[in-house]
Amino acid sequence: MSDLLGKNYINCEKGLWSWLTTLDHKRIGIMYLIAIVFFAFLGAVFSLILRYELFSAGKDFLTALQYNKVMTYHGAIMTFMVLVPGIPAVLGNILLPLQIGAKDVAFPRLNLLSWYLLILGAAIAIISLFTTGVDTGWTFYAPYSTGSAQSGTIFVVLGAFVMGLASILTGLNFIATIHQLRAKGMTFMRMPLFVWGLYATSIIQIVATPVVGITLLLLVAERVLGVGVFDPKLGGDPILFQHFFWFYSHPVVYLMVLPGMGVISEVVTAFSKKVIFGYKAIVYASVAIAGVGFLVWGHHMFVSGQSDWAGVLFSFITMFVGIPTAVKIFNWMTTLYKGSIEFRTPLLFALGFLFVFAIGGLTGLFLATLSTDMHFHDTYFVVAHFHYTMVGGAVMAVFAGLFYWWPKICGRMYNELQGQIGFAFVFIGFNVTFFPQFILGAMGMPRRYFDYLPEFEHLHAVSTVGSTIVNTGMVILFVVLYRAWKYGEIAGDNPWNATTLEWQTTSPPPHENFTKEMKVTGGPYDYA
Amino acid sequence: MTMRKHAHHFKDGDHEFSASKMGVWLFLCTEIVMFGVLFVAYFLYHNQYPETFAEGAKFLDWRLGALNTVVLLFSSFTMALGIHFCQKNDSKKAVLNLALTLILGAVFMIVKYYEYSHKFHLGLYPGKFFSYEAAESVNLAMYFSFYFLMTGLHGLHILIGMGVITWVLIRARRGEFNSKYYTPVEGVGLFWHVIDLIWIYLFPLLYLVG
Amino acid sequence: MFRLFFISIFSLFSQLAYSKKSVFMPPEASVYARDADQLYSFILNVSAVAFVLIILIIAYFGIKYRRKTLNDKTPNMSHNFALEVVWTIIPALIFFFMFGWGWKLWNQARHSPNGALEIFAEGQKWSWSFNYKSGRTSTNVVYVPVNKPVKFILSSKDVIHSLFLPAFRKKQDAVPGRYTSLWIQPNKEGEYYIFCAEFCGTGHSEMIAKLKVVSFKEYAKWLSNDPYKGLSLSAIGKKTFKTSCVACHSSDSTRKIGPGFGGLWGSTKQFTNNKSALVDETYIRESILNPNAKIVKGFPKGVMPTFKGQLSEKQIRGLVEYIKDLKE
Repeated sequence: MSDLLGKNYINCEKGLWSWLTTLDHKRIGIMYLIAIVFFAFLGAVFSLILRYELFSAGKDFLTALQYNKVMTYHGAIMTFMVLVPGIPAVLGNILLPLQIGAKDVAFPRLNLLSWYLLILGAAIAIISLFTTGVDTGWTFYAPYSTGSAQSGTIFVVLGAFVMGLASILTGLNFIATIHQLRAKGMTFMRMPLFVWGLYATSIIQIVATPVVGITLLLLVAERVLGVGVFDPKLGGDPILFQHFFWFYSHPVVYLMVLPGMGVISEVVTAFSKKVIFGYKAIVYASVAIAGVGFLVWGHHMFVSGQSDWAGVLFSFITMFVGIPTAVKIFNWMTTLYKGSIEFRTPLLFALGFLFVFAIGGLTGLFLATLSTDMHFHDTYFVVAHFHYTMVGGAVMAVFAGLFYWWPKICGRMYNELQGQIGFAFVFIGFNVTFFPQFILGAMGMPRRYFDYLPEFEHLHAVSTVGSTIVNTGMVILFVVLYRAWKYGEIAGDNPWNATTLEWQTTSPPPHENFTKEMKVTGGPYDYA
Repeated sequence: MTMRKHAHHFKDGDHEFSASKMGVWLFLCTEIVMFGVLFVAYFLYHNQYPETFAEGAKFLDWRLGALNTVVLLFSSFTMALGIHFCQKNDSKKAVLNLALTLILGAVFMIVKYYEYSHKFHLGLYPGKFFSYEAAESVNLAMYFSFYFLMTGLHGLHILIGMGVITWVLIRARRGEFNSKYYTPVEGVGLFWHVIDLIWIYLFPLLYLVG
Repeated sequence: MFRLFFISIFSLFSQLAYSKKSVFMPPEASVYARDADQLYSFILNVSAVAFVLIILIIAYFGIKYRRKTLNDKTPNMSHNFALEVVWTIIPALIFFFMFGWGWKLWNQARHSPNGALEIFAEGQKWSWSFNYKSGRTSTNVVYVPVNKPVKFILSSKDVIHSLFLPAFRKKQDAVPGRYTSLWIQPNKEGEYYIFCAEFCGTGHSEMIAKLKVVSFKEYAKWLSNDPYKGLSLSAIGKKTFKTSCVACHSSDSTRKIGPGFGGLWGSTKQFTNNKSALVDETYIRESILNPNAKIVKGFPKGVMPTFKGQLSEKQIRGLVEYIKDLKE
């Protein structure tokens, strides 16, 4: 294919082996992409099974136990195998060195090792499908998880541990890369905002992931040795598990969304051809979200039995997360003002992100406020809320980023009309799937229910229809990207006339990214 | 002595060295956070069941713990010397010190082995395998769960540390390190120091506070 | 034109704010529920207005500043300190107002008044059992008097459950190894759902109990009433079946979580240890009190909890008689 494109990282070596042993960050990014698309496909299949079981009230084609397993696999696969590695490992790997003018990440071999660890962890988790499976929910709450009859629990927990290690190594690599390998003249305040997003994310990966790592090991020890740390029968405290678990798993939602926000910053400026509004505010907001994100885990536990004062404190601090989030939305909005806005697929996804994420963020207020959370906690409202933030945040941003950088990644342009059709499916399908779930939650439908009262049936049916639309959209989008890779028109080095460094090399870039040493003399978005 | 070329994406050897050192430090942060979680859990349960933990600590011999502390402190010293002699291009002395470090690590593990087998002999196993019958506290097993989890995880790190010391020892013998390039020894040294540091916290917590 | 549109949107939402019914919420059954709904409506309206504004502004910019030529010039607006301070402080003020309001209601919600009627509620896989001070117990149904504060003291026999009363806008986890509590003061008679809101396994969605709010007279009558007075053993068994067993077992031979009871009596069951036994009184009694002693082939171990201490001797005898009567 690439004869028209000149020598680049894709065609410089040939054969599967050259890919499996590559140290090139771009190739590793592509391998992440392939692996994660596969995992996402698995997770989506599980989600469709769920939705069709819930289409009508009563038992349809699954037993309650099977439903619980499907629900657990959907959650565990989507979080640990898709969302956590999603943007950092795919787009981050490919774009980070390009955006800062480096030849590679700081530790290329470690980078490859991370990929193999992800695959190994995923394999261990997926093997559990061939045992009894796992039915604990992706949160693995003790003492249900320590006493569950499903022995597959250990596999999934160990798999998540190994994938956590992969995530730590990626974060470590990125921090070192950002500190050590920026091009001459690129001060921290001249870094593209996507790089800032990755930096904040990496800090979370480094600080939070070891906590869940040891917690998962304790869970395994609990099952194998009966150590009693989380088992009330032996004097342990199941609520401690929740504290440890959410100390990781709350920052993790920012881990999913912060690099996404970085992508949105890039896309919004590029397609309004205008300097980003409030660069510093966005930078500080990213760092603030990452920092405050460590202090709010207890808002998952308002009714868990933790002390009332803990609840008050966590509710108060949680409000601080809302502020930088609101600030970012206003900044993107104002960037559009007096811009030269071109509605291409990446921008549509970015605006879709704003729409979906605004709803996700605002509904967070209901959950952060103590007394309303007493009603909404563990209902479909929460399910809808985190799908709006995490799926809205991560998935819309992933597609915005993939379509925006695709011409750089493979040197070829996607088909605009097809891209927009795919966007329409995903955007409409997503809202049809999850908006009714807010209403279900308000009505009092608890989450993780295999069966429900007949009055909830209509909204569930709507939601199932939506899930079919959104998954159709996903298939369309990946077909569009695949066709672009194979048959797309040659895109040129800088099809969007964007200003960041990655657009100043050829498309696709050569093995060492740049043919000359890069020098930076100003901010990243010099459009004026 | 062979001159080693730095990787293509770094400016020079120094640049590569500072990046690698940063990477090692970041990794060590994650190790500290991980042990930190165990310490937090230990403190919480120690507060909740002070008698259980006091009874458990009585089974530990503080003299063996102190011996191991001295052994590790001394091994940190020899490790530092190992790095020092690499920097001074004296690979003979470097090898000697690295070998000493390795031996001290082994001494630590042997002492640990005696301590463990003594506990097993009494039936002081972790969790549900606990079979000691004269316990006064109902959940004495929990103390030993913590004991074995914390010292076990630490011991595992000592073993890993001994593995990587062996690796740099072999490379040092081949004369691969010199004043221009000694990154792996430095990294392994940092790892070893942090593992020692964790023991410095484990020792009073388990053996002395009780 | 644009401004007019904004004003009409605003007035629409301010009207919504004054409407009585809370959007999407179930009927309110206590004063607290009404208070919580007011806060809910406030957040809902603020969010809706904010959301509509954001989307309208984006749409307006999108249309007005659509790219005309490839050489469009854009201004160099890097920041505006005053504007950024304003849009940081305004949301902050709104958020902390919400927090404060939530805190105030939370304090009310968490501190039960003195003299509240106390009922112990214990969750187990997959039913709720209620224990009154008088010694009266009931499973999956709880009677309380209207207009009196009632405090549930929650505990759990196995894993974490959560007592969720949508009509009262309250829930609280029931955690093994400790007590937690939740109080309500119903102000309307009626029947309300109690859901389990914390995932607790296979029968999680079947773990639904009923709260019956009745007049004090009716409540007193129910409390002193022996529920099994004048009933045959088999009828006692049927009642017990309907509260304690039906979440996992059917009265015919269909399989739910556990085996169906229809045609069970007198049959021979094959167990996972390759032994078999005749279903008689001894077997049924053992299956109720020590359910994991013999596991029927094709069913997983460790699913059914013991009902020791939950069911009285009379109820167990009743179940034996009831099962005898069940045909396939």
